[in-house]
Amino acid sequence: MSQVHARLMGVSRVYPAAAGQAAVHALGPLDLDLRRGEFFGVVGPSGCGKSTLLDVVAGLAAPSEGRVTFEQRDVAGEVPDGIGVVFQEDASFGWLTVWDNVAFGLRRAGREAAEVQRRVDEALRFMGLVDFARAYPAQLSGGMRQRVCIARTLVMEPRLILLDEPFGALDAQTRLLMGDELLRLWRASGATVMLITHALDEAAMLSDRVGVMSARPGRFIDIIDTGWARERDSRIAAEPSFGALTARLWSLLRDESLKALGHQRP
Amino acid sequence: MSRAGAWRLGILGGAVALLELLCRLGAIKKITMIPPSEMALALGRLMAGPAMWPHAAKTFGNVAWAFLIAVLAGATIGVVLHALPGLRRALDPWLATWYAVPVFVFYPLFIVLFGMGDAPIIAIAFLFSVAAMTIATLDGLGRIPRVLRKTARVHRLTPIERALRIDLPSAFPYLLTGVKLALAYAFIGVIASEFILSGFGLGHEISFAYNNFDNRTMYGLMLFLLTAVVLINLVVQRIERRELRRRGR
Repeated sequence: MSQVHARLMGVSRVYPAAAGQAAVHALGPLDLDLRRGEFFGVVGPSGCGKSTLLDVVAGLAAPSEGRVTFEQRDVAGEVPDGIGVVFQEDASFGWLTVWDNVAFGLRRAGREAAEVQRRVDEALRFMGLVDFARAYPAQLSGGMRQRVCIARTLVMEPRLILLDEPFGALDAQTRLLMGDELLRLWRASGATVMLITHALDEAAMLSDRVGVMSARPGRFIDIIDTGWARERDSRIAAEPSFGALTARLWSLLRDESLKALGHQRP
Repeated sequence: MSRAGAWRLGILGGAVALLELLCRLGAIKKITMIPPSEMALALGRLMAGPAMWPHAAKTFGNVAWAFLIAVLAGATIGVVLHALPGLRRALDPWLATWYAVPVFVFYPLFIVLFGMGDAPIIAIAFLFSVAAMTIATLDGLGRIPRVLRKTARVHRLTPIERALRIDLPSAFPYLLTGVKLALAYAFIGVIASEFILSGFGLGHEISFAYNNFDNRTMYGLMLFLLTAVVLINLVVQRIERRELRRRGR
């Protein structure tokens, strides 16, 4: 559990000035070790650079300063093999059936047809999408479409799964259930998971550790060990320690959220 | 058949019946228009004979050339302008006012450049069509969600793979709109050019029949063209509808 899977060293990200707008220092400098097999949640005020952090870890954006490594190799502005990303927005391919959506990466990687069939069927079964294999994303609810995107990521058997507010557009009940599915997926795959979320309860429920970010430029002001057992689900929300954990996260975040909104500390 | 489809068919049938009645009663003179039933008979006669087909082949051949070149050029220009926003900003006013330009003013220039024959006709029809395809391509590429581009990077697609596997299918419904418009404009360009430019083709044959008061041939050819254009458009529209339905639109 303690083996470092991905590491950020002195990472910062500055968006250069463009078209009459000043440069934006979005992130860092920050350091972070993601431990192999852990579920790491990231919370922070709006606009603090959470998504930028995910982009930098994924290799979708290069850091302006510092280094990012994944499995001891530098991540240099390109998504390394072994990393899967699920975005908040619907990223399903509307022109493909659910089955073809999930098979997309495997086919692109040139896997044998029989292997594609087996792994896609398995992923669909795991995500409860078997009955919708021949449907198009437009025929599914938002939650189901997000499941398709998760299945498309899962089928590639990534060792590090990055999730950028994947349940942000879903209603509260669906989010809780999707959280349970995510925990099940995390346990079954053995992958390391980094979840970006604005929902404190979601981070508290799902994570082994929660990184709390400051207002922009985002830095970690604290990283909290939740102490949950690996076998857990949304029912831990009823435990007294869950309330205490969420309250602690909020006490850390409140001042930063006010700062992000442009208010002074009252 | 949907209720709207039934209404459409009913309105069309009613209009044809009314026209038939007005022609038969003499409210519309025979020199102006023949009854639709006679147009259909004239069309049957033309289709049974050998005279019309070489003209039809010439017209449809020219339409096909103008359409194909316009679709390829329009899509290419669209892709280039999408990739170069500065150039797009510079050319946007031209694209916006393209259809305000009476393309036929270039007719003498094309005759000088290409001589008499098919080339100036295809050139005029191409100019009619190309802007529609360019604008549709720009529209389609502009509407590809950013998250799909990010997804392409997560899957480590090369630029060509991304274009073929993500950009093209994502923009496909908008491209189809461009294809539909380009086809319609190609027909307009070719037929209109044949009226004034050519000694051959359906446009010329309609003009020739008109000048010789041969209403049967003229209306028979017009009906043939209308039917062909409507049928081709129905095919494209069916593909477009299937794509839009698939995407929940």
